[in-house]
Amino acid sequence: MIDTLRLTAEEANGLLTRGEVSSQELFDAYRAAIDERDEELHCFLRRCDGEGEGIPIALKDVIGTKGVETTAGSKILAGYVPVYDSTVAARCKARGLRLLGKTNTDEFAMGSSTENSAFGPSHNPWDPTRVPGGSGGGSAAAVAAGMAPWALGSDTGGSIKQPAALCGNVGLRPTYGTVSRYGIVAFASSLDQVGPVTKTVRDSAFLYSVIAGRDPADSTTVDVPPVEIPEPGATDLKGLRIGVPVEMRDAAGIEPGVADAVARAIALCEELGAEVEECTLPRSVEYGLPCYYLIAPAEASSNLARYDGVRYGFRAAGDDLTTVYERTRDEGFGDEPKRRIMLGTYALSAGYYEAFYGKAQQVRTMIIREHAAVFERFDLILSATSPTVAFPIGARADDPLAMYASDLLTIPSCVAGLPGLSIPCGLSEGLPVGLQLVGPQLSENTLFRAGHGLEQALGFDFVPERLR
Amino acid sequence: MRDWEAVVGLEIHVHLKTRTKMFCRCETGFGADPNTRTCPVCLAHPGALPVANRTAVEWTIKLGLAIGSEIAERAVFARKNYFYPDNPKGYQISQYDQPLCVGGRLAVPGGAPFELGFVRAHLEEDAAKTVHVGGGTGRKIGAERSLIDFNRGGTPLVEIVTQPDIRSAEQAERFLQLLRQTIVALGISDARMEEGTLRCDANVSVRPAGSDELRTRWELKNMNSFRFIGRGIDAAVRRQVELYESGAAVEQHTYDYEPNTDTLTPHRSKEEADDYRYFPEPDLVPVEPEPALVERLRGELPELPADAIRARAEALGVEDAWALVTTDRDPAYRGLVTGGVAEREAFNFAMNQPIPAGANLAELAKVAKAAKDLTREALSSAVASSADDGFAADDYLAQTAVSDTSELEPLVEAVLAANPGQVEAYRGGKDGLLGFFVGQVMKETGGKANAKVVNELLREKLEAP
Repeated sequence: MIDTLRLTAEEANGLLTRGEVSSQELFDAYRAAIDERDEELHCFLRRCDGEGEGIPIALKDVIGTKGVETTAGSKILAGYVPVYDSTVAARCKARGLRLLGKTNTDEFAMGSSTENSAFGPSHNPWDPTRVPGGSGGGSAAAVAAGMAPWALGSDTGGSIKQPAALCGNVGLRPTYGTVSRYGIVAFASSLDQVGPVTKTVRDSAFLYSVIAGRDPADSTTVDVPPVEIPEPGATDLKGLRIGVPVEMRDAAGIEPGVADAVARAIALCEELGAEVEECTLPRSVEYGLPCYYLIAPAEASSNLARYDGVRYGFRAAGDDLTTVYERTRDEGFGDEPKRRIMLGTYALSAGYYEAFYGKAQQVRTMIIREHAAVFERFDLILSATSPTVAFPIGARADDPLAMYASDLLTIPSCVAGLPGLSIPCGLSEGLPVGLQLVGPQLSENTLFRAGHGLEQALGFDFVPERLR
Repeated sequence: MRDWEAVVGLEIHVHLKTRTKMFCRCETGFGADPNTRTCPVCLAHPGALPVANRTAVEWTIKLGLAIGSEIAERAVFARKNYFYPDNPKGYQISQYDQPLCVGGRLAVPGGAPFELGFVRAHLEEDAAKTVHVGGGTGRKIGAERSLIDFNRGGTPLVEIVTQPDIRSAEQAERFLQLLRQTIVALGISDARMEEGTLRCDANVSVRPAGSDELRTRWELKNMNSFRFIGRGIDAAVRRQVELYESGAAVEQHTYDYEPNTDTLTPHRSKEEADDYRYFPEPDLVPVEPEPALVERLRGELPELPADAIRARAEALGVEDAWALVTTDRDPAYRGLVTGGVAEREAFNFAMNQPIPAGANLAELAKVAKAAKDLTREALSSAVASSADDGFAADDYLAQTAVSDTSELEPLVEAVLAANPGQVEAYRGGKDGLLGFFVGQVMKETGGKANAKVVNELLREKLEAP
């Protein structure tokens, strides 16, 4: 009997290489878990019987998969079956990773709860009345509920890290440019990054090594230094200089239980030999969110223009071209994409460009510089990933600004293109709390080392209590 | 009209003949079945990303160097956002405030030489082709259906924008001929208006002669030859002068020129706003050409047509040099001159003989030097075979024309005797009949007579008292 709730990808690989289970038995175990739990949790938009002799994997539905419907959680892409594999899907296939299914997401990855999915929300395995976070809530909840050993998500402003925090697993948003975006349904091109959602930091490092690297099909990719998978059990953080941005620690809206768990993790870092000091990112924290909510919608307004009903996906009937365009987009898009298309179109319009998009680009440069200055003194910075634990389904659904605030702590480093790792650091009100580690560009190996050390010392049990 | 002068600037679009498209690896070119040269990138499937074509970037730099532009240290692709079915992404990737080539000047030689400046030259992708079916007119209005062929979509396109330095339709035509020849000489495009690989819009205004103001302009589109561009400019200038002289104002408009009626009709624009919401294309990194690359490309430039015209003008005069270069006969001319043919003779030979591409010009030069002694047949067959393997002038040089006057004189006399009416008419002043007599003598000799000798003999006889 394979306990998919507890089995890490590394352990699954061990079972396979030692011949203790066949790849089909492994796959079937996860399919059985999906059959058992997904009716309640609704993590999968579709199940697949992928090919390969390796470990199963789930992919967020913004990741294009040849021959497998890819909707990005939107009605406007219902029925769209890609004719090509995204680079990350192809790299997973090349390593034998076998596709279990496509996971739920907020429509076009726009959201922090998966409630914006056109196909209904996913539920948090720790408490199904609560959200799993978003946009990649389907991937995070599937991994937490033992329905996939690991998964890929995509992160624009926190869509990997925040759900990982809310579901008690490990989420890596890699340095912008290390993972190809080719074949990923675009939300905001200068921010989108694909990354792993796993149970452990070692699994995260391994899956990152599978997907990272320059891709001729994505001109914004760069050469990636060899990935160092941390030694099992190594907890030594000696020599690491860790900064705690006070604006993030003291931000309004941080729940006391979250603040306590993070404070305990900070103390633990010092016990493990790291030097921990306060630092400041005043402008990044104050202006990160407004900067993001100009740049991301501006790019989205352009990226989503291709969904016009002419070539693929949903098309509404109409007597002339303009009517077809208007009805297709009116009926095909949900409220959140429409809201962001409107925001972005406005921010790019003649007469407003300089005041909004232009200004946001200047602020972005300022945020990049502010982070660079901090990383002259520190190897990493540390904060909570999300100000709160998982919130009840519906609690923020009618208040977009409250929903946007879910990403307050994840957004600054996303805007700066920096890598961030979220690991679980404890429970508050019986729900997981995420700890965010952020480093300078291409510092993934440092994040893995520190994350693994903390993970070992924290001893967090990633299986949701109600499923143990 | 004397009191007014035209102020014209041109926007020229040139299809680059790269093997593949601007941002994907689909092949370019005409003639394939509709929508067979497409891929996820040029069909704008979700997740597809552009990758800039290096050759297209290098060729645009070459063009910039040829027209004296400064090559930007950092050029940025930008998205131009608008909805239309031939624009599958909902935006065209173009360049906006940071184009690859900035400024430039071209001196146009000629009897009345002039100079003109460039604003910029930038790289972008072409739209797909829309075909309107039904409704009879082939136009969108009234059509039953519109079909889209994405084969053309994504073809690399260079847009060249001139300063408003052109003062007449004639200058516009001459500039376009020279620019076209420059593009052809660079080997970057066929630049054929009839195939759509070169397109040109004109911005036209008028002003009181000698003033330096810039008045409201009209944009003229859809002109499919240099001649029609000239006539369109003339029509716009005439109309604007009429308006001003009648006390009316000129309002900004876009027109199509209708060559059949020589009139301007309002252009039916795409249903789109004017606000393209340009912003830097986040899917592409900026183009930052290394100085070494620019210098390498500069070193690869051929002799430019404007320079060639000036150089050939010393021997031929500027108008003949212009004709030689802008009809692409200069390479043949140079080959013949190198082969020892006198310049004027080489010019006549190159302009009058259909010399095939790849001709062995060294051998053909031997033929050209003996041309006047060869039969017409020998000459035309030598020219036609001059690109063949093993082409040798010696095979043709023996086929000389009959120039022996003692042999030709009786034939000439016979022809004149047989046509007394025409002889009388000629002597009465109908000079043009000379050709008739030459033709008759040629017929008698089966084309083997030396035309020059026959001409001389005929004149002598006809003009004898």
